[in-house]
Amino acid sequence: MNKIKSLDDLKRVREEALEKRSKTTVTGKAHIIVGMGTCGIAAGARETMKAVLDTIEAEKMEGILVTQTGCIGLCEQEPILQVVRGDEEQVTYGKVNPDVAKRILKEHVVEGKVVKEFVVNL
Amino acid sequence: MKNYRSMVLISNDPHSMVQGAQEIFDCIKTEVKKYQLEDEVSIAMASDISRMDIAPVVVVYPEAVVYGPMKIEDVPFLVEEHLYKGRVANRLQAPKKALSGPIAWLSAREGSLPAEQRIVLERAGVIDPESIDDYIIHDGYQALGKALGEMKPEDVIATLKNSGLRGRGGAGFPTGLKWSFVAGVKSDKKYVVCNADESEPGTFKDRLILEGDPHSIIEAMIIAGYAIGADEGYIYVRGEYELAQSRLKTAIQQAKEYGMLGKNIFGSAHSFELHVHAGAGAYVCGEETALLESIEGKRGEPRPRPPYPTTDGLWGKPTLINNVETLANVPAILRHGADWFKTFGTPSSPGTKVYTILGNVNKTGLVEVSMGITLREVISIYAKGMKSGATFKLAQTGGSSGSIIPASLQDTPMDYDSYAKAGVSLGSGALLICSEETCVIDLAKVLLQFFKFESCGKCNPCRIGNIRALQTLDRISEGLGTAQDIETLQSISKNLYEMSNCGLGQTAGAPLKDIINHFRAEVDAHIKLKVCPAGVCAMSGQSNLYK
Repeated sequence: MNKIKSLDDLKRVREEALEKRSKTTVTGKAHIIVGMGTCGIAAGARETMKAVLDTIEAEKMEGILVTQTGCIGLCEQEPILQVVRGDEEQVTYGKVNPDVAKRILKEHVVEGKVVKEFVVNL
Repeated sequence: MKNYRSMVLISNDPHSMVQGAQEIFDCIKTEVKKYQLEDEVSIAMASDISRMDIAPVVVVYPEAVVYGPMKIEDVPFLVEEHLYKGRVANRLQAPKKALSGPIAWLSAREGSLPAEQRIVLERAGVIDPESIDDYIIHDGYQALGKALGEMKPEDVIATLKNSGLRGRGGAGFPTGLKWSFVAGVKSDKKYVVCNADESEPGTFKDRLILEGDPHSIIEAMIIAGYAIGADEGYIYVRGEYELAQSRLKTAIQQAKEYGMLGKNIFGSAHSFELHVHAGAGAYVCGEETALLESIEGKRGEPRPRPPYPTTDGLWGKPTLINNVETLANVPAILRHGADWFKTFGTPSSPGTKVYTILGNVNKTGLVEVSMGITLREVISIYAKGMKSGATFKLAQTGGSSGSIIPASLQDTPMDYDSYAKAGVSLGSGALLICSEETCVIDLAKVLLQFFKFESCGKCNPCRIGNIRALQTLDRISEGLGTAQDIETLQSISKNLYEMSNCGLGQTAGAPLKDIINHFRAEVDAHIKLKVCPAGVCAMSGQSNLYK
């Protein structure tokens, strides 16, 4: 890794990272973000995360980017899972247990139908 | 979290009801529906906002405009002007001199406050906390580059001073001033310390910042090091925050790989090293001098002051200690400038504050809102109101070392100066909202139990005062109180505040003072009538603590 020596270096690193990011989202079908703050983990986000990864592997789904993030301030709705599918708007789901996560993957990520009953209105 | 853009309150005390408050309420509802604003505007009745001479009163938030006395024929005009077109209907406003009583505080609020604003939590919950690339994509480390490349240390401090940022740990000390104190001391070695020993019950804002956006703290600490001339820093993280510690360590490792930490950062002469120090679980170590002792490997007991840490801190060297939330504001201020920061909040307390909302409300969680918002807005808009059947009685701010805020102060703008004028304190940002079912004696007992347990025992007022206060409260709650007890509590509270060595003892007396000042009738009922109005205290006639 080259060390960052100036603001220009920082800009370059930023652009490279952005490019890398856009490549994964353009070629990939979807970006799944799981809330993994303490509140999320306490509510079972690890199980949700595991279910997401297991399903992706078992179903041999491709081009899906899974990342984690901190608390978004809705601790009551944890575990929270957010889905960005192609150019569509981000959808936030609340109280996502492993079963719900599997359903979201099947219905929303693959078939494109939002699972309405678990959507959190932001 | 769907939030309402605007909140309308209509007074419904008996006098207003006679003057047609109910009709006005219904009329506002129909008018709002006509403009299809029902999803954006919340309308509610409130019994404690009126004054006889301007009843019925209509208050519109977030601008906090008071209209009154309101006539039903003016309602369509009000809704069209204020709620639909967004202009204050000057003609209907209550005269300024009539603003006394509970709503008097609203006149102290200047300008309208926007809805939830995220400066500190801008990236938390958006980025991957374990990826430095993600942080850089979201404008990370630009403030550092700007500071090291384009600004002198004096400029950084001047910008901070100009921004009016105040310490978010609870005391509200101006941050720029603190930085300039440390920068002004000549020494071969200086330290920057981040106080992340967040042990106040119910506060978890710092944890969320550290877990969600650890790089922002690292960036702020490197900038602080540059501004004051320090080359080493410690982040003192509460022992229980394992996730925050591991994410910080990952972040520090990544920053080192990118050359943000180490020698000659950004090609400049500035070097900085950062360590994570885990606390061992003592509440008193959140106190800055006890925290320094703890980092040095000694028992966590506060030092006598002066000398202050700004001159004699860690290992006797000048040390800058800031709270996590304070530091998290720094990169944003340097990136956007001091004037941008001052557009948020009130003139005396610019910026935002993160609150953690707990208790008897519909939505708990955390919000970051501008300084100067009122408790009523927090409860009604962000917490979605009290749980059904519950009435708001009091709020406990800032874990245990804050204040007890009675319902009569819920229209006070929440900023450092307004709260100081009202004789209460903002604390660290926890808002425990209690309903009528909470007994103030019981609440004070819980708080004192906590202080008794956490007192380090170094100074007498705190070690003995907390136990004596707890015993007195216990006797009152068991129906053994005497008229003398109120005086005893008052004197303990005063002695704790005036004679304790550190912040723990100084704030331990606050709940005693608050319950006597604001809930005297309830305390008297316990002592004189041997009755607990909330039905919580046992009143058994026996005290286990006091024999």
